[in-house]
Amino acid sequence: MVSTLVSLGLGALVLSFIVALYGAAAAVYGEVKKKSHWVESARNSMLLTFPLLTISISMLIVLLLNNNFEVAYVSSVTSTSMPAYLKITALWGGQPGSLLFWSWLMSIFASVMTLRDWSRDREFLPWVILVALVTLAVFLLLVIFFENPFARLWVMPSGLVEDHVFGPAGAVLYTPTNGGGLNPLLRHPGMIIHPPMQYLGFVSFLVPYAYAIAALVTGRTDARWITISRKWTLWAWLFLSLGLVLGMRWAYDVLGWGGYWGWDPSENAALLPWLAATPFLHSVMIQEKRGMFKRWNMILVILTYNLMIFGTFMIRSGLLSSVHAFAQSAIGPILFALIAANLVVSVSLLSKRWKSLDTPTRMVSWLSREGFFLLNNLVFVAILVIVLLGVLFPLITESTGAIGDAFPSVADIFSGQKVTVGPDWYERATGPLWAALIFLMGVCPLSAWRVSTAKSLGRNIWKPTAVSFVIPIWLVITGMENVWAVMAFWMVALVISVTIYEFYKGALARSRKPNGKNFVVELGNLIVRNRRRYGGYMIHFGIVLMALGVVGIEMFQTETQATISVGEEMELGDYSVRYDNLAVFDTDDNRNVARAEVSVFKEGEFLEELNPRRDYYYESRQPVTIPGVRSSMEDDLYVLLVDWEEISVTSATFKLYHNPLVSWLWTGSIVLIVGTAVAAWPEKEKELAVAPARAAQKLSS
Amino acid sequence: MKRTNAGILLALVVVVLLGAVSTTPALAQDPVPTPSVDEINAIAKRMYCPVCENIPLDVCATEACEQWRAMIGEKLALGWTEDEIFDYFVLLYGDRVLSEPPRTGINWLIYILPTIFVLIGIFVIVRGFLLWNKPLESLAVDRAEPVESDYISQMEEELKKRN
Repeated sequence: MVSTLVSLGLGALVLSFIVALYGAAAAVYGEVKKKSHWVESARNSMLLTFPLLTISISMLIVLLLNNNFEVAYVSSVTSTSMPAYLKITALWGGQPGSLLFWSWLMSIFASVMTLRDWSRDREFLPWVILVALVTLAVFLLLVIFFENPFARLWVMPSGLVEDHVFGPAGAVLYTPTNGGGLNPLLRHPGMIIHPPMQYLGFVSFLVPYAYAIAALVTGRTDARWITISRKWTLWAWLFLSLGLVLGMRWAYDVLGWGGYWGWDPSENAALLPWLAATPFLHSVMIQEKRGMFKRWNMILVILTYNLMIFGTFMIRSGLLSSVHAFAQSAIGPILFALIAANLVVSVSLLSKRWKSLDTPTRMVSWLSREGFFLLNNLVFVAILVIVLLGVLFPLITESTGAIGDAFPSVADIFSGQKVTVGPDWYERATGPLWAALIFLMGVCPLSAWRVSTAKSLGRNIWKPTAVSFVIPIWLVITGMENVWAVMAFWMVALVISVTIYEFYKGALARSRKPNGKNFVVELGNLIVRNRRRYGGYMIHFGIVLMALGVVGIEMFQTETQATISVGEEMELGDYSVRYDNLAVFDTDDNRNVARAEVSVFKEGEFLEELNPRRDYYYESRQPVTIPGVRSSMEDDLYVLLVDWEEISVTSATFKLYHNPLVSWLWTGSIVLIVGTAVAAWPEKEKELAVAPARAAQKLSS
Repeated sequence: MKRTNAGILLALVVVVLLGAVSTTPALAQDPVPTPSVDEINAIAKRMYCPVCENIPLDVCATEACEQWRAMIGEKLALGWTEDEIFDYFVLLYGDRVLSEPPRTGINWLIYILPTIFVLIGIFVIVRGFLLWNKPLESLAVDRAEPVESDYISQMEEELKKRN
């Protein structure tokens, strides 16, 4: 039975690899020889990879659910005590399974992409298929030859147990009685959804990248590739953002450091593509509206896609170690080769089309919308470069040690010592740039396209700006002394008031029209009929709410740690926490749980009981600290059980964090999701429906 | 010879007296108070142990990190300053124990480069605007160019074919 499942899974996997290679070759051959049936065959190959990989992944899920521990991957990520839902999520709990999952998602996206009506963009088709299938083939290559999830455990003639896809001569299959179980840190609900979201974000950016390459190859460098891939880009951005937010929530709930973002290399690897994708989202609007930034858009989409592969390379190759990273693996060189090949091809094509990507349209006004967009783009890229520097710097210092070894006179400069680049550096280096972005978010929506003067911008902006000043004035009156915090809150207030003002103005204008309905109805109509614009404003709104949470925790977080006896209290700000009890017990799923009971008081008034705990997983011999959190929109009290007196449990050590406003971070992320869904919601391709009327109008005029 | 011995004796007396003078205030000082856990954590927050990479020392739950925190407590109790404690751990385990690269040698790059990147960005913006900015009178020419011209011309072609 197990052999059949393994054979089916492996067979479908290998077949999908062959089909991907064939499809890529057929697409090129069909295009070069102008034989459309070959291109059609390539398209069918693309579609075939999805059912094949579905068979493969289904077999792996069955093996995981059935505790077939002779499969090395199953024994490494599951155990008999794990519930069924965790066994399914164990699919992406280790390198081989997650790579297969990634490939499967890629096949879905590529298939959906090829199913659209290509009649208007036939010339793009072979190249889009080529990019998608080559990328898929590389990932399948990694899965089959380096990280095969169907490899089984064998007792070698030497007595050692090794994992091989096919049994070596003289080896006998080995079936352990139990597996090692999923990494305890990955058993959190946030971590169950976080990786799929992250992968979806990574994979879906394949679509705009494939269209961009197709546009470069065919020389059709107008805005068509952007128009077709616009929705994909928005959804990809949403998935990327969701992946980041879920990762933050996971860190907050599981890692037990009282924060949500530690500037860890893996977090940064996920942030880097987001930092390239966000300016891309903005600058494509300029190409669509004004025909400008064609080159820049190409650069950004190439950068975004390659940063995704780069992030994958960093986390999965073992190059950088992190609490999130996978173990060291041999897949690094292949991924590095993929990045190198992508860059060489993309940059060559870009340089070939460089002239045709020029535009006669020029920037007219410094204060125009496109001017602010350019500024926004450059700030994003500056943050990207700085974060990339921080990620790579430990490798740079270590590798340049060779210079110091070769030339002793400069050994002090190039010491070869590995360094750590921690949160303080990142926050200092990027903080002012994040603030600049928030400020731009406030000003940019009120500037006009093409021509905008200081006078016209001032006329548009003075009302919301005046309203926004209420917040800093109130903060100063109530005694806030931190100047930076007052400025940060003012910027948040500015964006909120500008966004509300935009909605108000739009709805009011509609309701005052002769056939206009009441304000509330027109507010709804405004959003429905201008989804992209007002969805964008909702995203801005979500981002600044998140910024509110970031300012709260970064500037006002306080903490304390103490050992107290039962009945004693410890204090932090207005809060006090009383230690009531601690129970230590074993659970059915092979955990030893130490669970404290503490009562939380604010200014002497009882609020609620919290249960911070420490879970020790016997199978993986790993502890996980789960905080007790008292959460409100004003602040969070985050209680960690650090230590306790064995047996008598009469005293225990607790660490308390007071995290003001952090709930706004999570609230803002929900608004961001809603906003992106509004902006990206699929609608009938507008062009064909409205074009005749617009073109007829144009002709008549 | 006698004069020499007397000289040595005198010197010894001076040294002892000087030593007494110099140590008297130290002896008169209060002993360094036992550091609180929060004081230890404030220092540990800016350190990383080489084993538990990317987990700050103040929150790392491993036994080794607990021992490091205890060592920080001991050093603080002996009156060591924050910098002396950092130097001690760097000497033993290397620069990587600090949450930021020390400002020496090639490490200076990480403190200088962000500013340089931002300056380059400002230069690009200013240059871009200067290149792109056109006098307002040329707007008439720009306005003549239809927005989405490729798209409209394509649609016009299609309409003509239909007619």
